[in-house]
Amino acid sequence: MTISLDHYLIVAALLFIIGTIGIFLNRRNVIVILMSIELMLLAVNVNFIAFSQYLGDLVGQVFALFVLTIAAAEAAVGLAILLVFFRNRGDIDVDDMAVMKG
Amino acid sequence: MINITAILFYIFSGTLLSAAALVITSRNAVHGALFLIVAFFNAAGLFVLAQAEFLAMMLIVVYVGAVAVLFLFVVMMLNLEMRQGQKVTHRYSLIGGVVGGVLMTELLLMLVSWRTSSSAFDLTVAHISLYKDMTNTQALGNLLYTHYALIFQCAGLILLISMIGAIVLSLRHREGVRRQKIGDQIERQMKDSVQLMDIPSGSGI
Repeated sequence: MTISLDHYLIVAALLFIIGTIGIFLNRRNVIVILMSIELMLLAVNVNFIAFSQYLGDLVGQVFALFVLTIAAAEAAVGLAILLVFFRNRGDIDVDDMAVMKG
Repeated sequence: MINITAILFYIFSGTLLSAAALVITSRNAVHGALFLIVAFFNAAGLFVLAQAEFLAMMLIVVYVGAVAVLFLFVVMMLNLEMRQGQKVTHRYSLIGGVVGGVLMTELLLMLVSWRTSSSAFDLTVAHISLYKDMTNTQALGNLLYTHYALIFQCAGLILLISMIGAIVLSLRHREGVRRQKIGDQIERQMKDSVQLMDIPSGSGI
């Protein structure tokens, strides 16, 4: 039995869904939500790589590289925002984020 | 007969998915970040199996080396005490399950019914066979520095912007800390700070 494109796609789909559920599940902790977003971006990358191998096109890997870049930038800025939020409010509850002029 | 690639694929993907599930369910954010590292390592293994060696190493360098460590750093810096959030957590698990289930159904329905158009293979821009005599890194570099040079520069610009943004957001001057002000030091003139006096011998100032 060989590993086909479908195998990769199923893994990526499950990973993406785990990330999606993680966003809804963790309403107390923004850090876990950021980690869930990283997982979703990773699933997108798996899809890119799988299609790149299946179609024999190297461009998929190039764009996976760009996704990696954006994910790193997003994590840095997101964690910086989180840090400022924590300094202002003392915790990082998601439910409190709707409060303006905190 | 199951070959070694299939066994490795199932090991990597199984560990990846279980580590991802543990990331979102762990109560302690430090454990979550450590499981995230495990997930990234296994995703890198999947990338190697798909013959994307450079991206696999990049994933380890960028994600494990930078992003996951950043997560760990922030988690430990914030020093969040684990509170009793269990019943509040379940408030959203129903809608989370519904959204996840709908998404999963859609993706699986798409998976069973899709097929590749025969013209898709003619549309490939940079076919792997063109880079047959190179390593994966060389081939990616060839592509990245020629056809995608502009987007590559834009990616670097985005990284620069995010770096500046993160610094601006998180930089804070503490009160009551004496800091070196190099501008003030350089601006200082001799007549402001040194006083020359003629003292007659035998008398004090």
